[in-house]
Amino acid sequence: MKYAGLLVMPAGFFLTIAAIVLFPGVTMRTAFVLCGLAVEVMALVVTVRGHMQLRSENR
Amino acid sequence: MTPLAPMPFPETSFALTLVLLLMAPLAIAGLALMNVGLGRSRSAAQSMLGTLVVVSTAVIAFVLVGWAIASGNDRDLVFHVGGKAWNWAGAGQVFARGLSSVPPRAQLILLSEMLSVAMVALIPWGSGADRLRLPAGAAIAAVLGAVVFPLIAHWTWSGWLAQLGTNFAIGTGLVDSGGAGPVHALGGMAALAVIWIAGPRKGKFPREGLSTAMPGHNVVYVLFGSLVALVGWLAWNMAGTLLWLNAVPSALAVVAVNTILSATAALAGTFLVTRIRFGKPDASLCANGWLAGLVTSSACASVVSPLEALFAGVVAGIFTPLLVESFELALSIDDPSGAVIVHGAAGLWGLIASGIFAPQAGQFVAQLIGVSTLLGLMLPLVYGFFWLMDRVISFRVEPDGERLGMDLHELGGNAYPEFVVHRDESYR
Repeated sequence: MKYAGLLVMPAGFFLTIAAIVLFPGVTMRTAFVLCGLAVEVMALVVTVRGHMQLRSENR
Repeated sequence: MTPLAPMPFPETSFALTLVLLLMAPLAIAGLALMNVGLGRSRSAAQSMLGTLVVVSTAVIAFVLVGWAIASGNDRDLVFHVGGKAWNWAGAGQVFARGLSSVPPRAQLILLSEMLSVAMVALIPWGSGADRLRLPAGAAIAAVLGAVVFPLIAHWTWSGWLAQLGTNFAIGTGLVDSGGAGPVHALGGMAALAVIWIAGPRKGKFPREGLSTAMPGHNVVYVLFGSLVALVGWLAWNMAGTLLWLNAVPSALAVVAVNTILSATAALAGTFLVTRIRFGKPDASLCANGWLAGLVTSSACASVVSPLEALFAGVVAGIFTPLLVESFELALSIDDPSGAVIVHGAAGLWGLIASGIFAPQAGQFVAQLIGVSTLLGLMLPLVYGFFWLMDRVISFRVEPDGERLGMDLHELGGNAYPEFVVHRDESYR
């Protein structure tokens, strides 16, 4: 789960890059950059949850 | 930010920047004092020696290899996507060859980035206190100095992030003259990776009950370190403004005012939050809040008004103690120096805040793209590097070494030989 989260984070980054290249309009570009960030934050949450799970198993 | 090479750099600016950069190591000294004070007494000497080791390793790795990637000039490596140029790495000379023949400004940039890489390497060292081995700290510093920092530094100050304005009309590109992103946010992320890989200190999270409190051994070091760091930060922010924003020296007073306001407002915020939360103000959390304000100012101080700097500082001061507590109690993250929040979260907040208050249209999006790059690319990259390195050089000290204390185990002597040293039996 931890590694899945870490692998999803670059997906959010590439969503941000795609927004820069594909959308010249301010609104769409901003919306997609925010979506990219949201994906990264969700991936971070998954990574942290994975870390907590590992800790509780090792206690 | 504006690309560097063609801009004039008067002699006055050169002399002033050089003097300021010579004062900037005080920020590193302050942080080192804080790290030592927040760790345990039985690891104090190892912590301070480790500071010198990681700083030396990072600086040498950067000058030998990293500077070639970080430097920006007309020979940079560029690829084209969507009809636009993406400047992704410098193509300078390794071993800093030919340094005496490059423009004076580029020499100052090398000096500035040498100090920046020292700071980046020091941040995870503080988070690994009491269990991170010296060789592991040196290896982490080498990787950060040779590869990771040069890449994000190049992107931020002369590469594709800096050119978002000219290539895609997104504000003026990423603005971060004090290094809140490539220095502090990156350092905070490296700290998180170290904590995840090395694990918590023995006895920190017992099988039953909440986490065990392991307070810093010398709060005076911590608070004095905060004051020393202020002097270094003032110099750092002003030097960054001259170097990266091509500001005139007369603009520096506002930068200094903003830096102080951000730190003091953050301290006030943390003081109030801890007073309300615990009934009394918490000294080490207040120092963390102060430092978070300084980190926030790294991005903000040169581009916002004093009132906006105050607001950014207050917000950093409020979220710092709340997040430090949540990370430890709710998320089982053992971070003795609080670096993940103080440098990582406050660095990202500084980038966002400078976008919120920027007068240029689209600047907020440029700052968000910088945040996205750090979080989405740099954190997994750093974790991946460290995970591989841990397979070769174990990050964590052996259980017996942790029980003895890092000073005795790694150095063969204590920092305070006359004092009684608390062993692990003192804790649950």
